[in-house]
Amino acid sequence: MILEPTAHPAPTEAAAPVAQRVLAQARFDARSMLRNGEQLMLTVILPLLVLVGLSRSSVVDLGDGPRIQLAAPGVLALALISTSFTGQAIATGFDRRAGLLRLLGTTPLGRTGLIAGRVGAVLAVQLIQIVLLGTAGVLLGWRPDSAGIVPALLVGVLGTAAFVSLGLLLAGTLRAEAVLAAANLIWVLLLAGGGVVLAADRLGPVGPVVQWLPSGALGDGLRSSLSSGTWPWLDLAVLLAWAVIGTAATVRWFRWD
Amino acid sequence: MPESPSVAVEVTDLVKRYGTRPAVAGASFTAAAGQVTAVLGPNGAGKTSTVECCEGLRKPDGGTVRVLGRDPLRDGGWLRPRVGVMLQGGGMPGAARAADVLQLAAAMYRRPRDPGELIAALDLGAQLRTPIRRLSGGQQQRLALAVALIGRPLVAFLDEPTAGLDPQARIVVHDLIRELRSTGVAVVLTTHLLDEAERLADQVVLMAGGRVVAAGSPQELTGGGGATLSFDAVAGVELTALAVQLPAGITVTEIRPGRYVVGSHSPQAQLSPADVAAVTAWCARLGMMPEGLTLGRRSLEDVFLEIAAREHPAAVAVR
Repeated sequence: MILEPTAHPAPTEAAAPVAQRVLAQARFDARSMLRNGEQLMLTVILPLLVLVGLSRSSVVDLGDGPRIQLAAPGVLALALISTSFTGQAIATGFDRRAGLLRLLGTTPLGRTGLIAGRVGAVLAVQLIQIVLLGTAGVLLGWRPDSAGIVPALLVGVLGTAAFVSLGLLLAGTLRAEAVLAAANLIWVLLLAGGGVVLAADRLGPVGPVVQWLPSGALGDGLRSSLSSGTWPWLDLAVLLAWAVIGTAATVRWFRWD
Repeated sequence: MPESPSVAVEVTDLVKRYGTRPAVAGASFTAAAGQVTAVLGPNGAGKTSTVECCEGLRKPDGGTVRVLGRDPLRDGGWLRPRVGVMLQGGGMPGAARAADVLQLAAAMYRRPRDPGELIAALDLGAQLRTPIRRLSGGQQQRLALAVALIGRPLVAFLDEPTAGLDPQARIVVHDLIRELRSTGVAVVLTTHLLDEAERLADQVVLMAGGRVVAAGSPQELTGGGGATLSFDAVAGVELTALAVQLPAGITVTEIRPGRYVVGSHSPQAQLSPADVAAVTAWCARLGMMPEGLTLGRRSLEDVFLEIAAREHPAAVAVR
């Protein structure tokens, strides 16, 4: 066992540069998500099945127009929620129980670095989802409006911010098992009636409520931007508001242990 | 041991409450660079709460904590790269592989220790690709220790570093801690293993009920290695008759029911052959056989039990 003497004072800057720390954490988290079978099921397999099912059958009334044009943006919204909310909340809930959040909080990464890294991992996995599901959609005949790409990206980023903050709120306030149950249940509820794959105006009496939910704003925002190339200002405002509320609530109530 | 060890950790009148229950009720001690300081005490003594305040994980409700002269809460950004932490229970993610976790930890520092060297030192080479949840408790402990040390800390807080380790693994961890000390690191560890503290620590901080009840080197605490006499008899014997026959500085204590220790608490007083005669004569008068009568050195365990007996209202302790 050879340990080199370290009796001299530590160098002025003993920590790695902040970008290196956050990137390392993001890479670690992204690999954990991609290695985890249940997470993959939630983030890729189920959205793919929903995409194929909705575009190839006419069981569910999606609205006017070609089914794939409505199904693909909705499935992208579902996939973004899977990663930013459900998967992320479950992973954080169990990391919290294991004490990993506290441990990383004592390293140079710190708590802000931990959150930044986790958001980076979510974005990386979402990029993979967009490529996979987008390709599948195009193969099924989806033709997104190119004028809608920029507003859709903004919708995706704000939606991710809203759902990451809400996922962290869940993970930082409930027991790990409760986070697991709640995050999965909410995912199913949002899929069924959250305005994600089914537009809010297809949901009957709950529609007017659903359009103010982050799920409805994300789904409708992606549908209108990618189908008709318009800027969904109301949906963007709704997502921004949820992101602000979710972040404030998380900062206020998140418990690290 | 350095001539005048520099203070690396300074805890003054620390108070930490959970709700209304005080976990730490005014604890003070210091830990020096190049020394192993063992915070010792039974479960619930406040050891973990104390080190968690030092690690910046908890906010003290009173008193001050300084690590390398800084406030762990206010100067966390400066301290975190210089302080290594091993949490009780490890804090390791179950699904990740050992090597990935160590690599992640290494990436947080500009000049980390070589992971391979630590892996070899801690004998973890065969487990690198195993998910952490499938490692044995001892392997997880050693990985957590590697994570704490990878950043070449100046101060290492190790919360029960040998809990759940088999004797061989304990020796490995002890050796690593001694090497840390020899490189000038201030090691603060908690343990409830008295023999571990006695063997490893330069300074022992004895905690009970959220307070520091004794502190010093193991030699100081055990009365400079003076002799003690211990024996077993029926529990709850009236000790006053014996106590008055013993010279000043020599006390008799029932450290637990039926276990009696006669010894000195000050360097001035030494147990003498006459004291041994006084004890056996006292037993003879009572018609009581002192079972397992042994003349020996007081161990840290004796000190601890004596203090516990003194602190406890129901304890039978004289003078």
